[in-house]
Amino acid sequence: MASSPYFSLAILFLAALGFGLAPLGLAVAWAKLVSPAKPNAIKNAIYECGLESKGDAWVQFRSAYYLYAIIFLIFDVEAVFLVPFAVAFTGLGISACVAMLVFVLLLAEGLAWAWAKGVLTWA
Amino acid sequence: MAVEDKLKIELGKQGVFVTTVNEIYNWGRKNSVWPLQFGLACCAIEMIATTMARYDLARFGAEVFRPSPRQADLMIISGTITKKMAPQVVRLYNQMAEPRYVIAMGACAISGGPFKQGYNVLKGIDRYIPVDVHIPGCPPRPEALIHAFMTLQAKIDAQPLTGTERPRHLDAAAMSEFPVPTQGAHDLEPPANRLVWPLPAPVASGENCG
Repeated sequence: MASSPYFSLAILFLAALGFGLAPLGLAVAWAKLVSPAKPNAIKNAIYECGLESKGDAWVQFRSAYYLYAIIFLIFDVEAVFLVPFAVAFTGLGISACVAMLVFVLLLAEGLAWAWAKGVLTWA
Repeated sequence: MAVEDKLKIELGKQGVFVTTVNEIYNWGRKNSVWPLQFGLACCAIEMIATTMARYDLARFGAEVFRPSPRQADLMIISGTITKKMAPQVVRLYNQMAEPRYVIAMGACAISGGPFKQGYNVLKGIDRYIPVDVHIPGCPPRPEALIHAFMTLQAKIDAQPLTGTERPRHLDAAAMSEFPVPTQGAHDLEPPANRLVWPLPAPVASGENCG
């Protein structure tokens, strides 16, 4: 085992692990052995600005938000692909142009669908 | 005390230094007091000045003002406590780590000061939490706060670790949670914590709050 070329690496790895874990262990031992623990309900409360916390931290967002994310993606991804397409436009063959046209039309169809669903109108 | 003070001085002259766990423990505690970063009124300006370069509270190991009560062990009540603020002050005190100490800075924190007649002013924070050092003045100068701090250090230094006089954090049965007052119809309810305010009862709420 000691003849393995990775042996010294393993020793170094263990030393590094000990170097990281020893202070943590010391801190835990110090807290357990020495620190005077006097908990109470107020001390264990979540908020620490003197005010009582109200309500629930698990706030729910409307799932309808994903529609905006999808419509954003339509324009965002489209732009990412259109820029290199425009730069290399003069050197492209027929097949590349058709592939790009299909991609753009698919995204345009998504936009048309969202428009027809009334997603783009909000009060 | 295991070794008499005179004997300790005599041994020191001979190059022998003796100490006790109690002394080292309290020496560490009194030189690493972390105050709560918490100002209530104009006295807070003097408190801030005390921490700055001219007065330099860092000389006493107390420059680390903590923004969280969980990391602080000294509360400097610097200013007028309104009855709206009092529950928050008591709650912050409850959230501080043991052993914790309180300096009531200025006339308002001690007794309500010039605003004592105000319907909305608490007449001294020691109605709800135990105060270790009171500083008179309106506002007290930074030197006065430093003096109060040194007084607190002397108090910490003199605390025994065993016996009935030991600090609260070493006494498992000691009270650690102080009741937080609530806003009543005319005054805070209760108007004082009987366990820390044994003086004559404040005037019953609703009759005469002056």
